[in-house]
Amino acid sequence: MIYVFDGSLEGLLTAVFEYFERKPKTVLLQTEKVFQPDAFTESLKIVNNRAKADRVWNGLQKRLDKQWRRRFYCAYLSELPEIFNSLFQFSNYIFNHPAGAEKNFGNEHVLAIAQIATKVEREKHRMEAFIRFQHTADGMFYCGIDPDFNVLPLIVKHFKDRYADQQWIIYDLKRRYGLFYDLLSVTEITIELNAKNLKQPTVQQLNGTEEMYANLWKDYFKSTNIESRKNTKLHVQHVPKRYWKYLTEKQLS
Amino acid sequence: MSEHLREKLNILADAAKYDVSCSSSGSDRKNTNKGVGNGHSSGICHTYTEDGRCVSLLKILLTNHCIFDCAYCVSRKSNDIERAAFTVDEVVELTMNFYRRNYIEGLFLSSGIFKNADFTMERLLRVVKKLRLEENYNGYIHLKTIPGASDELIKEAGLYADRMSINLEMPTESGLKLLAPEKTHGEVIRSLDFVQNQVVQFKDEKKLIKSVPKFVPAGQSTQMVIGATPETDKDIMYTADRFYKSFALRRVYYSGYIPISNDTRMPVLGTQPPLLRENRLYQTDWLMRFYGFNVRELLNDANPHLDIDIDPKLSWALRNLQHFPIDINTADYRMILRVPGIGVGSANKIVQARKFGKLHIYQLKNIGISYNRAKHFIKCADTPFQLKDYQATQIKGFILAESNSKYLKTDNNQLILF
Ligand code: SF4
Repeated sequence: MIYVFDGSLEGLLTAVFEYFERKPKTVLLQTEKVFQPDAFTESLKIVNNRAKADRVWNGLQKRLDKQWRRRFYCAYLSELPEIFNSLFQFSNYIFNHPAGAEKNFGNEHVLAIAQIATKVEREKHRMEAFIRFQHTADGMFYCGIDPDFNVLPLIVKHFKDRYADQQWIIYDLKRRYGLFYDLLSVTEITIELNAKNLKQPTVQQLNGTEEMYANLWKDYFKSTNIESRKNTKLHVQHVPKRYWKYLTEKQLS
Repeated sequence: MSEHLREKLNILADAAKYDVSCSSSGSDRKNTNKGVGNGHSSGICHTYTEDGRCVSLLKILLTNHCIFDCAYCVSRKSNDIERAAFTVDEVVELTMNFYRRNYIEGLFLSSGIFKNADFTMERLLRVVKKLRLEENYNGYIHLKTIPGASDELIKEAGLYADRMSINLEMPTESGLKLLAPEKTHGEVIRSLDFVQNQVVQFKDEKKLIKSVPKFVPAGQSTQMVIGATPETDKDIMYTADRFYKSFALRRVYYSGYIPISNDTRMPVLGTQPPLLRENRLYQTDWLMRFYGFNVRELLNDANPHLDIDIDPKLSWALRNLQHFPIDINTADYRMILRVPGIGVGSANKIVQARKFGKLHIYQLKNIGISYNRAKHFIKCADTPFQLKDYQATQIKGFILAESNSKYLKTDNNQLILF
């Protein structure tokens, strides 16, 4: 039996509800994108239902502590096709077993979720570290990113708490939406602008002192290096090459 | 202005880089006044140097002018180098502009000693006060305590800084005497002690009155230079242990000496810095702080030096084979932590998971232990029965054969742990 859902969290949770309504023997959860109908396996299209989803979430909330609820959400944000099925199976497993079952790291879904969540948290942390704002001519601090996972929802709080007295935008170029802070609150935005400018604003769009501070920072980065200790392997391990495009200090002067 | 500032930054960042501490952790300062910045409890490395060290803070000297002549220091009086000094405003502008762009977690401000200790400390204090009081800046500040500065100045600085540090420089008093005759460990101890007492006092008062301000919330740290003088690893780590205990230090840093002069008292120019040794010292430090080891188990009169070819946890296990193999499914958490190839995270997962049934090899591998290393020291549900007991040297041989390249390359540093 294959359950097919739209990839949303609501859909995933609704699927869990439907499972307990019907209790089929074996079931696999897939997104519409991945699903390939075949003649031998039955399938059910999940129709999102807020009330059902809420009931499942409330049930999970009762059974899982804060850390596990966070893991669940992080794993979901990874958007990996296999993890949707793991989250589905994990939920069924939690509801079918006595309290505390989530601590069974010997179970493949428990472990998969814990491990993917760790990866998502790592990328969240990397974004908090590697985002480099550019000060634009209209006073905005802007940065475009394209993270592997959908981490914007996870970094809102960090940036809102920290940069409370400056307006900023963090834009996910891959998923085409961003966060905008207007000194009061953060809203989700989409910008219709040509893609090139979103990646790198033009000189005219930047604040007059932007180049100076970017250069000072590059200088600083160079001067922290101790030649006799050079260790490129370790360097790349900490700052994987795919992130270099974000880093002001990695751009040529 | 920009060219001038660039030049200063180059000189004063370059002179500051030998202080290896760059941690921005331990502060929970909140952005309460709708200003800019806050602490991040575990710290953030915003980038890494090409030698793989974390760059978290803008680490600069206020000036590299100095009246002292410490042989191990680039800023020493007798060294013929370019000198520069920032104004208070310049440091504040740089910090704010770097911080707003998310380049850094904060400022690490140190200084050569110009005129005298109090004069220098007073300047440092002006920078942090301006940041906190005028710029509403709540980001991280690590401030050097200038040896010999007056209690009043140190006390005031502690109200604005997140962390303060003062370096022991050499692991033993005699080493210090040799290279920096004007300095003593006594002076460092006095400052550490004073700040620590204030920390305790402020905490006590805060329990009674909520509005008492924070005092150096991220605690104190210190640094020792390794390999400039002939101390043993035992000397170094016993000193570290003593300072961790006496002054509740958050961190002790070990900095492999990088030759900077032809002074005959120290390794000559061109000598490779002792990076592998530095790495082993950090590993030992971790074992003491997070793995429940007593320093005497790792280093003692019979073993005054750490092994170079294997890490200190493995060395300990091989010297103490009578404790192994342990049964993963029943052993005490503290013993599991001592198994080579098992870290804190995996040890926690193991004790949780085994409540649901005996653990097998594939599960241990999935949990993320380094099984090829650990297997010599553990038993689990499906461990194959083994007829003969291997000797320590044989086990060491197996492990080295498997991880040969990784452990003998000398380019490791503190960031690769077990
Ligand atoms: S007092 Fe500090 S800056 Fe001056 S020479 Fe000694 S270590 Fe260097």
